[in-house]
Order: sequence, then structure tokens, then C-alpha cells
Amino acid sequence: MASDKNFVLGIFDDEDVLLKAVTKIRKSGVKIDEVYSPFPVHGLDEVLGYKRSKISVAAFLFGLTGFSLALLMQFYMLKFDWPMIIGGKNFASVTFVPVTFELTVLLGAFGMVGTFFVIQDLKPWGKSKSPDLRSTDDKHVMAIELSENTLSTSEIESVLKDSGASEVNLKQID
Amino acid sequence: MTEEKYIFTPKTKKNLVMLAVAGVIAVVLGIVLMQSGGHGHGDAHGAEAAAHGAEAAAHGSAVWLKRVMAGLWINNVFFIGVALIGLFFWSFNYAAQAGWSAPILRIPMAFSNWLPLGLILMLVVFFVGGHDIFHWTHEGLYDKASPEYDPIIDGKKEYLNTPFFLIRMVVYVVVWYLFAKKMQSLSLKEDLEGGHSYWHKIRVYAALFLVFFGITSSTSAWDWVMSIDTHWFSTLFGWYSMSSWLVSGVAMTILLVVYLKEKGYLPMVNSNHLHDLGKFLFGFSIFWAYLWVSQFLLYYYANIPEEVVYYWERWENGLYHGFWFLNIILNFVLPFLVLMTRDSKRHNIFLKMVCVIVLAGHWIDFYLGVEPGVMKENGGFGFYEIGITMIYLSAFLFIVLNSLSKIRLVPKNHPMLQESEHHHI
Repeated sequence: MASDKNFVLGIFDDEDVLLKAVTKIRKSGVKIDEVYSPFPVHGLDEVLGYKRSKISVAAFLFGLTGFSLALLMQFYMLKFDWPMIIGGKNFASVTFVPVTFELTVLLGAFGMVGTFFVIQDLKPWGKSKSPDLRSTDDKHVMAIELSENTLSTSEIESVLKDSGASEVNLKQID
Repeated sequence: MTEEKYIFTPKTKKNLVMLAVAGVIAVVLGIVLMQSGGHGHGDAHGAEAAAHGAEAAAHGSAVWLKRVMAGLWINNVFFIGVALIGLFFWSFNYAAQAGWSAPILRIPMAFSNWLPLGLILMLVVFFVGGHDIFHWTHEGLYDKASPEYDPIIDGKKEYLNTPFFLIRMVVYVVVWYLFAKKMQSLSLKEDLEGGHSYWHKIRVYAALFLVFFGITSSTSAWDWVMSIDTHWFSTLFGWYSMSSWLVSGVAMTILLVVYLKEKGYLPMVNSNHLHDLGKFLFGFSIFWAYLWVSQFLLYYYANIPEEVVYYWERWENGLYHGFWFLNIILNFVLPFLVLMTRDSKRHNIFLKMVCVIVLAGHWIDFYLGVEPGVMKENGGFGFYEIGITMIYLSAFLFIVLNSLSKIRLVPKNHPMLQESEHHHI
């Protein structure tokens, strides 16, 4: 197929080796597509040069939505739809605090999780994107896409071997 | 950079003495203004105070003397709370087996050295001015024949009487201090001998202290703050005061860590550690606001006269009304907005700013707890309150820095030091 991508996969056994390898390989001008690991490797996102996630912005915006929604809802209910006298006050605005707080937290949390699922493309019928399923067991898999790199396959292979990959494979993924 | 001990320089000592001297000048000025009816802020208030002067004189000490006692008591409660929180901070870090905080733990622990002087000051102020501060110390309240007889306060006398009050006060502070001394000496022995056994021993003491703290932090706040408004009570008050102390204590810890860091001490501490301290400040500020709202909301909602009167006193008076809003702005709105982003928790300048703001804010919180109950509508805020706080602050910092200069700033053989060095968030 035309959309096939050719990958060079470097398999690493140890996360310390992997961290050093990522730095070294990026320095030699190779662009790494993604690294798949069985567990979160501390500092990996930094050596890969990833920017800090903007998920906190999403959380803030969802929280703000919940905040406004809660205030609007209570204002409408207690002022127009069904006015009530609470504690001798015909418009007890301080009583809005708990509901507003809860809806802010609820929408903030749900929105953040939802955003994360969408961005990461996580869904019940989804398939693992890992090019080598051993990355869910005990191996770290570094995927380098050939068409994104100027170096030849054999050059990339030798860079991977030099930086400590226990094996190097070629794989076509559609 | 690799200083092991903090050097308490003559220059720093001089600055602290200057702070105290400035405080004394402000106190004298404040008292003179109070006596001349100037009241420190505006003549309208002064006239009002003079009008009530005669009534107050018949009831006890002169208005200005009451205000002096109230100012002393606010600072007694505030600083002993900060000292207690230093011990609490150390203990919950040990109990939770926290590793990141290992190099800074001796700084909050040093706060606890304020406790002996704090207790003496509390006792002295209670013996001199207890009658002015605490309405329940009036004997007529318990005498059925007296026109002053108050059945509600009479019903509380099994708990709220002077001997038991004093016993409680002494027991609380002495036990806190004994815990502090025991854990301090274990930590110093660890410096000499190393090994993991001291860490485990401190952890046991820390856990025991937390149990004692859990109860006494609440009961001491009932005694020292809530009993001033004798009729009124709130089941949330203990936690509310504890959270106020907690934020102040964490803010004081951050200020001292940043100060020492900027002086070149604590080479191990970096922005990751500050970030965690900042999170504590941020989180506990929200916790305080949560308790504040929870307490206020139920009284507001239920609108029962004997409950609402506590807030009514603070709402109706022009002076307290302003502080009432300032309290929420300084202690919740500003820390919440400023410390929300990651970067602001990692930079000294934002942290210092917020710490100063919340320290002032929580002082105001205790001011609002004490002053309206003691002074009723004659309360004031002026040179005197600022001055007396400066004197207390100077003495507190002097004791803390002096005790820090006698030990290693960073526990040498703490088993978590390695973990703290690699702390990364």
C-alpha cells in the first residue's frame, strides 16, 4: 500500500541504556518517531525533546465551563424558575458555593480525562500502536521512520547498534 | 556553597534587633495615640471609643489596655501555632516516609524552639490580661445571685474554668516541646552515628506526636481563640484554626528555605523542592478556604440568631468588615491565582510574595478571631498592632535562626538524602 511506513526498530533491554541512546541518536541527526516502553521511564520525554503537555489548559477551560454552568443553572432555578427563600434571604447566593465547586471539579476532571483519551486515541476497540508487542512486556522499542530521515537504513542500524540496542529490526506498518 | 552550618551573622542579628526596635517605637506611638483617643485611624472612631470608655471602665480595664492585651494574645496564638506547625510538618513528613523533604526538615523543626518562650508569654499575658481577654473568667457569671449570672456559661464551667484551662495549656505546650526535643536529639545522634535505626525511631515518635497533635491542635484552638466568644461555638473551629496555622507554618518554612538558599546554603535544594513546598502552600490555602466556607455557609444558611451573632459582629463593624473581606482575598483568592501555574511555584520571587501575603492574611484571620470578641465595637488596628507583631516576629526569627546556627542545616546521615538529591518533578 502507498501509506505503508517503513520503520527501523531498536530494541533496548535497560532504561538507562535507552536514555543515553536517545540523547546520542538525536545528536547524530536521526529523528526518532516514538519510543514504546512497558513502564514510564523517568526523564524520557525530556531527552526526546517533548514539550510539556497542555492538558492543564484543557482542565482549566473545562473547569471554567463547569463553574459558569453551575452558576447559571442555580441562578436560573432560584431566581426565575422556582424562587425560594432560604435562611430568611430571598436570594441566598453564598449557598451557590458547594454546587459551583462540585461542578467545576466534575467537569474539570471528566474533561481532562476525555481530552486525554481523544488525544491519545484510546478507545475500547482500539489496537495497540506498538510496532513490537514486547514493549508491553520487558523491552523498550524505539521506532525510527525511514522516510523522515535522510540517513540510510544501514547507517541508522549501525547508530542503533552503537548506542546499545540489543537487536535491530526492520518493519513495515500500514 | 558547601556550608554545613548556618552562620548567624552579626548583621542579621542587627537587622532583627532593628526590627524589634522599630516595633517598640510603633507600639509606644500606638499606645500614645490610643490614650489620646486618636485610635490610630480616623477621629470618628476615636469619639466612639471615648463614648464607650466610661462603660468599659466600669466593666474592667480601660479600652486601650484591653486592646494591648488583645494584640499580645493574637501574636501569642499566631506564633505558637507556627512553632507547632514546624513540628507537625516534620512529623507528617516522617510518618509518610517522604524522601524529598529530607534536607529542609530541620528548618521547620527549629520553629519548635519557640514553644518554651511562647508558653511563658501565654501564661504571663493570661495572668495579667486574662480577665480582659476571656469573658468566661468573670466570677459573677457562675454565681446565681449575681446580676451577671449566665446559665449558658455556667453550664460550661466543668471544662472552661481557670485551673483546668491553665493545666491544659501547660500540658499541651510541654508535651509538644518534649516531642520536639526528643526528635531533635535523635536526629542529631543520627548525624554522629548514621544507620537507619534513628530514622525508624523518629518515625515512631512522629506518629505518636501526630495522634497527640490531632486532638490538641483542635482543643487548644477552642481554648485560646473560640472561648473568647464564650456563647458561640463551631464544631469546625479546631480544624479551621489548625489550617490557618498550617498555611502560616508552611509559608514561614518556604520563606526561610528561600532565604537560606539565596544566602548560599542548602545546595541540594532546587526548584523541584520549592515546587513541592509551593504545592503545600497552594493546597493548604484551598483547604483553609474550604473550611472557611464550610463554617460560614451553614451559619449563613440556617440563620439562627445565637449562631449568626458571631459573623454579625464582624460584618456590622466598619473595621472588621474590611478585614473580613481582606481575609478571603489574601488567604484564598491571591494564593489561588498566583500559585496556580507550575512556574510560579518554582521561582523564588512568586513564592516569597505569596508567603508574605498569606502570613499577613492569617495573622488577620486570628485578629478577626480575637479582637471582636475582646473589644466588641471598640476594636482598632493601627501602629500598636503592627508594632507588637514586629517585636514577636523579630523574637521568633531570632530564636529560630539562633537554634539553626548550632546544628547542621542538613541532616548528614538521613537515609532519604540520596532520594532527595534526585528529586525531580
